Amino acid sequence: MDFKLELLIDLAIILVFLGGFRLFRTPRGARSGNLLAAFALLMAVAVVLWRHRILQPELVLIALLAGSLAGWMVAMSVNMIQIPAMVAFQHGAGGVAAFLVSFVELTRGAEPGMAKISGLLGLIIGAVTFSGSLIAAGKLANLIKQPPVVLPKHSWLIIGLAALLAFGGASAGGAEGQTLVYHLLALIVLSVALGLVFSIRIGGADMPVLISFLNATAGLAAAFCGVIIQNRLLIACGATVAASGSILTHVMCKAMNRNLLKVFIGFQSKAADKPEALMPDIVPQPDNPPFGRADAAPASPAAGDPLAAAVEAGQSAKSIIIIPGYGMALAQAQFLVVELATLLEKMGKLVRFAIHPVAGRMPGHMNVLLAEAELDYDKLCEMDDINPEFKNTDLAIVVGASDVVNPAAITIADTPISGMPILLAHEAKRVLVCNLDARPGYSGIENPLYQQNKAILLFGDAKTSIQSLIKGLSQGIEPTR
Amino acid sequence: MNALLIMLCVFVVSIVIGYLLISRVPPLLHTPLMSMTNAISAVTILGALLIFAVTTSATDKLLGVVAIALAAFNVVGGFVITERMLKLFKNK
Repeated sequence: MDFKLELLIDLAIILVFLGGFRLFRTPRGARSGNLLAAFALLMAVAVVLWRHRILQPELVLIALLAGSLAGWMVAMSVNMIQIPAMVAFQHGAGGVAAFLVSFVELTRGAEPGMAKISGLLGLIIGAVTFSGSLIAAGKLANLIKQPPVVLPKHSWLIIGLAALLAFGGASAGGAEGQTLVYHLLALIVLSVALGLVFSIRIGGADMPVLISFLNATAGLAAAFCGVIIQNRLLIACGATVAASGSILTHVMCKAMNRNLLKVFIGFQSKAADKPEALMPDIVPQPDNPPFGRADAAPASPAAGDPLAAAVEAGQSAKSIIIIPGYGMALAQAQFLVVELATLLEKMGKLVRFAIHPVAGRMPGHMNVLLAEAELDYDKLCEMDDINPEFKNTDLAIVVGASDVVNPAAITIADTPISGMPILLAHEAKRVLVCNLDARPGYSGIENPLYQQNKAILLFGDAKTSIQSLIKGLSQGIEPTR
Repeated sequence: MNALLIMLCVFVVSIVIGYLLISRVPPLLHTPLMSMTNAISAVTILGALLIFAVTTSATDKLLGVVAIALAAFNVVGGFVITERMLKLFKNK
């Protein structure tokens, strides 16, 4: 076929893909965008089948059908809490496809130079993505323990494996024939080992960073794969996905105040060897006695029955912001939380949800969980938009979140969360905390919010707490009807 | 050489345009975005199909079948789950 025509067709398909991304501004547009991207991919497959004669069509068809059917069945059966595990698993599947294609193309004898280097990179990155994603998926599905597993000399192990890969890759660059095959097999083993060692040390709460990063590497592997088979569509799609994954990784790191290197290589932050530096400003204020909350403020309703205090706070508040965290999802309380929000709205209150960027186990996960509970997405507010609103808000309700509302991030220096952007729940007039217990969040930093006078602590299973709150509130409003 | 130059251009331009478009996606849609890009990254299915475009060994065929099946799993699963997720987003 004419080279120019081929180029034009490729460009047209790439434009359709980009159009799909362009539509990802509103949920409704995103639906069309997703369909558009799926259509573009179908076109890309059609173009390949048209340009090249497939020698074993029946074999290809069976593989296509089997894979598609499995993908469809899994996608239809997972629930929204399982989405991160499912996405991680799929990254792994994509990684395998990328390294297998690179392997076959390399053994067929790629031109030395650019093509061969790209093929080697596709092979290595694909294999690392594969094993890294499987560990991530296992952790997200609770098949592997979530806390980081740290091996002796873990950082050096990672660096050593990476160095071996670089060395092996360079050596494979000059190899040919059977020697090359052995080289490639060794590279795959090393890459899989690197992916395992690298992911196993990343803890549950850092999953949003890991999963975004694997999104980027899956795209990068596809792009390199595209160079060796000289397919522009593969390069364009892979590069776009790599850009997307990188943006999400950056957003997640910023929202957790983590440096990518710290998450991955795990070097201790310098905070560990410094003594408690700055004393917090807001904690020791006279009206916020830090300790003995109940003794210091016997008149406070918080001193008595927390449920009664919570119901009273809910009744008297005019404006309410609900802050859901992953604890809510773990307790499967999102449906009840939305029910609570609906009830409060019926009582004539302004109710909004404040979503921290890292709430959940992947970027934006909390929004999907609440959308599943049929919450109107107009009520889901981003951190930067909602934070100025807290000081004019009567009640902030925290459900299963700790670190993302921990004022220590602002007031205490040199903790793992210092400088991390938080939701300013402590600025609200009252704060109702519906967490399992007073234990600190993932960071291990105590939350001084719990010590404040305006805090009502309704500890226990979020489902039970919210249920009794709903009961208390609906009994409270009945007489007025 | 010409082909290589075009590939490099495609790579760089895609990263730049992808960056510009995706940095404007609201955090509300980050999960569906990732699951859609996840499906798109399995565009390696094109490469897997091309394994069968020339006469090849039994090993290559086996690897090719595995690659096609996994990539198809990724593509279909990714797009379907994204559609399911986006359908949940409602407003009045």
